[in-house]
Amino acid sequence: MARKNRFTPGILQRAPWHVVDNQVTPESVFNDRRNIIKALGLGALGASLPGQVQAGIFDLFGEQKAKNPFTTQSLNYSTPRQFVLPDVKTPEDKVTRHNNFYEFGTGKSDPYDNAQGFNVDPWTLVIDGLVDKPITLDLQALTKRFALEERTYRLRCVEAWSMVVPWVGFSLATLLKDAGVKSNATHVAFETLFDPEQMPGQKSRLMGGGIHYPYVEGLTIAEAMNELPFLAVGLYGKTLPPQNGAPIRLVVPWKYGFKSIKSVVRIRVMDKQPPTSWNQLASNEYGFYANVNPEVDHPRWSQASERSIGEGGLFSAKRIPTQMFNGYGDFVADLYKNMDLRKFY
Amino acid sequence: MRLSPRGVFWLKVMLHIVFLLPALYLVALVLTDNAGGDPVQYIIHYTGMGAINSLLATLLISPIAKRFKLAALMQTRRLVGLYVFAYALLHISAFVSLDLLFAWGLLFEEVIKRPYILVGAAGLIIVTLLALTSPNKIKRKMGKQWQSLHNWIYVVALLAPIHFYWSVKSEIIEPSIYIAVFAALLFYRRASIKKWLMPKR
Repeated sequence: MARKNRFTPGILQRAPWHVVDNQVTPESVFNDRRNIIKALGLGALGASLPGQVQAGIFDLFGEQKAKNPFTTQSLNYSTPRQFVLPDVKTPEDKVTRHNNFYEFGTGKSDPYDNAQGFNVDPWTLVIDGLVDKPITLDLQALTKRFALEERTYRLRCVEAWSMVVPWVGFSLATLLKDAGVKSNATHVAFETLFDPEQMPGQKSRLMGGGIHYPYVEGLTIAEAMNELPFLAVGLYGKTLPPQNGAPIRLVVPWKYGFKSIKSVVRIRVMDKQPPTSWNQLASNEYGFYANVNPEVDHPRWSQASERSIGEGGLFSAKRIPTQMFNGYGDFVADLYKNMDLRKFY
Repeated sequence: MRLSPRGVFWLKVMLHIVFLLPALYLVALVLTDNAGGDPVQYIIHYTGMGAINSLLATLLISPIAKRFKLAALMQTRRLVGLYVFAYALLHISAFVSLDLLFAWGLLFEEVIKRPYILVGAAGLIIVTLLALTSPNKIKRKMGKQWQSLHNWIYVVALLAPIHFYWSVKSEIIEPSIYIAVFAALLFYRRASIKKWLMPKR
């Protein structure tokens, strides 16, 4: 818990490992890589390369994929000072091209490569279960019903890499308060769209990594009503691209990334703990709580530090110490006061 | 079928091209920004697959040479074996430099904490010993010991796919297939493995 005070709402702190601007490769130099490559005559070679190439024996003859990027729209939002971070943000082209979204394949670039044609219109998000007034939101309502705000959150993947992402959306608690949570409710369950025609990972076990679809996640009511859980409808000021969970996804910044479920179609308030996808697959490795905790290792790797994906090229990443609750202890540590976090990982 | 020395030479040239191309392809992918937004895990996985596929190739040589009576193929085993070493070295180098960012203390901790890294490290040590003892001069000096040392490639054939299987989060189908294929290649050699493990006194 020693590190828990790194993040103080409203106060911009600079931790020792924060990159200062002059250490970062200027974007112009970074972008110049393409010109260097062109000058070397490698451009033509690059253009002829398929976007997704795997060394796997199955993909030796991967075909060229059409790359008409999904269209995003710019959003109107406020930027509450409380959720501004001093950390260097992960550049947009890394946030949108390094994703775990097994519905579109298990490789980190598969979601970008396979999801551009994803159709989110029409979309229906249902909030039901133990609520006074069930709510149904269509695609337009997702960005219109609530005032949108931008929150920059750290995202810590259970695989020990991390990003810093400016999301746009509204808090989960706002939505749940609108629906009116009944007093006997204990948990909230979330479910991703199930559409094997659009999501090749749901169609093929090989591509989908053996997860039982639809993907489901959950929070306790106390966690869900905390001010941090965020329903993001955008990032970097525009609506979400499919690989990041269009049109709406959850962001729970003090928990490992797999809790932040993408492309949500149902939020159900319940009186018992819902089954959750990774927990069902390997309960000894992925707990229901999945709070970021540098002191509790994954059975197969250490969680004490993380590779921070920031600006710049291959060799510019930093390894930084992982913080308890990903640095959000001031917001959430109270939720787990009397809990053995080794047991409830 | 017999190949002339010239034929063997061209066969080797062809094999060099076959094994170098994937590495060059990776360089092109990374340089042209086609290996994903953050290519680190991609590079580590790609070079690991390069090592395991090269290992598969080395173990396929003698069954193919026997089956199709292509004795000349046997002369390519060292070349292909050295590519196993090369890809394995690239794989560990990428892990240490790009993922751990040269945090050596962490490497030590991780090797102890992560059994799959321990398994991979053991495989790498064996492959390194085999690469170091591959020159003809050393082979001659080692006499009978050389063959018994190089039989350890059978151990690598077990360690490598286990390392792969153990390292993935949930996508176990592909590593399972590798385990099965390597098991079959070892089963094919059961007689010589038995001889190696239980030598007649």
